[in-house]
Amino acid sequence: MLIVGEKINTSRKRIADAVEKRDASFIGKVAQSQARAGAHYIDVNAGTFLEKEADCLCWLVETVQSAVDLPLCLDSPSPDALIAAIKHHNGEPMINSISLEKYRFSSLLPVVTRHPCCVVALCMAETSMPATVEERVQVGSDLIQKLTGQGIPIEKIYVDPLVQPVSVDIRMGNAILEAIRNIMNDFPGVNTICGLSNVSFGLPSRRLINRNFLALCMAYGLSAAILDPCDAELMSTLLSVEMLLGRDEYCENFIEAYQNGRLTKA
Amino acid sequence: MSDIKALNEAVIKGDIQTAVSLTQNAVDAGKKAQEILDQGLIAAMDKVGEKFASGEMFVPQMLRSAKAMQECMKLIKPQFQEGDLTSKGKVVIGTVKGDLHDIGKNLVAMMMEGAGFTITDLGVDVSADTFVQKAQEIEPDILAMSALLSTTMPGMRETIETLQKAGIKDKVMVMIGGAPVTANFASEIKADAYAPDAGSAVIEAKKVLGIT
Repeated sequence: MLIVGEKINTSRKRIADAVEKRDASFIGKVAQSQARAGAHYIDVNAGTFLEKEADCLCWLVETVQSAVDLPLCLDSPSPDALIAAIKHHNGEPMINSISLEKYRFSSLLPVVTRHPCCVVALCMAETSMPATVEERVQVGSDLIQKLTGQGIPIEKIYVDPLVQPVSVDIRMGNAILEAIRNIMNDFPGVNTICGLSNVSFGLPSRRLINRNFLALCMAYGLSAAILDPCDAELMSTLLSVEMLLGRDEYCENFIEAYQNGRLTKA
Repeated sequence: MSDIKALNEAVIKGDIQTAVSLTQNAVDAGKKAQEILDQGLIAAMDKVGEKFASGEMFVPQMLRSAKAMQECMKLIKPQFQEGDLTSKGKVVIGTVKGDLHDIGKNLVAMMMEGAGFTITDLGVDVSADTFVQKAQEIEPDILAMSALLSTTMPGMRETIETLQKAGIKDKVMVMIGGAPVTANFASEIKADAYAPDAGSAVIEAKKVLGIT
């Protein structure tokens, strides 16, 4: 399971303050704690800075990469911010995200084909959000075909099925899970990725819902997740589910996490 | 307990069957449609909005209450003569240009309708020009804009500037909301109100219009 650490996002107040003050030591510590907790990529998102987003994102890229030896997930709906940030990145970043929305697709396509990178393909149609399994799979397939058609290797593509809240439509949980399964079956080698928290919007006990949702997504084939790796309960769920799904030979990672005190007690 | 009080409680609970049969009873007993609407339905939805804004109630419960109200409305609507139904005010609502997210916007529209406002929903990806054109055409009391992406928030500023250019900024109250939107941003772009959620949207709308 590939883990993208989600904490460096300026929608969180302490991160926004640190970016505002250009507090490299604080940002560096948040990056390091996620790296220690098992993140493979560190997500950076400065969306709340609006007009200053691109500048802030570039600063975050340099700051985080000087603190940890990991690639970053450059996270913005703005192609301009992503294009600026990619130039500051060492190694292969993950670009989060491209979608079928016209401007987003046409301006990012040349970037993701030119730079070696992984690319998150968000299941957002040109003019609407997908609701059903079929719509999600359709948009996902379109994106995979368009990206591989431009020479992007399929294993560099991470399809995001677009997580929507079950509070608004009780069928959403199944729609996402089935979409993950279908996309993974239809396109061998492709990856699927998602964030967890949208699913629990409008409900109490959100972390509990998010954890169980992660377990279900993994059972349906999800291969990457954007999450808080410092959340011990969430990571305990992840490690035990990996093991139960037969992806942890000799239960090595699970036992090691226990011995290092990283598993929750119950 | 009076039928109206029981109806009020059934709507808050989201008990659709009970709410519908109590509404039918009230209609059969000759209760005025306006009274059923105001005291039975709208008062209940106001309570739902408050409980939602304070974290006592959650989205699925709010949806259920709104559904109960909508079913009851079907029974009392025929009782109203054309133009008889008093509205709290007219609201034009939409998600700004470049943004396809509609969940939050739909929740706000639903709660505003439940509170007795007349809603014109322009949908998603609405340009500044469309907002202003509809504002000129409908002359709403409130123009409500939603954005879920930080990249589309500037569309709110653009709409307000276009309202100013059209000379109608003072004739309509502009309310904004959506996950990345803040009260600071609202005052920065000279919006009249900011609502962090669907329950607060009703409370803020009434506040700026001076409705108690």
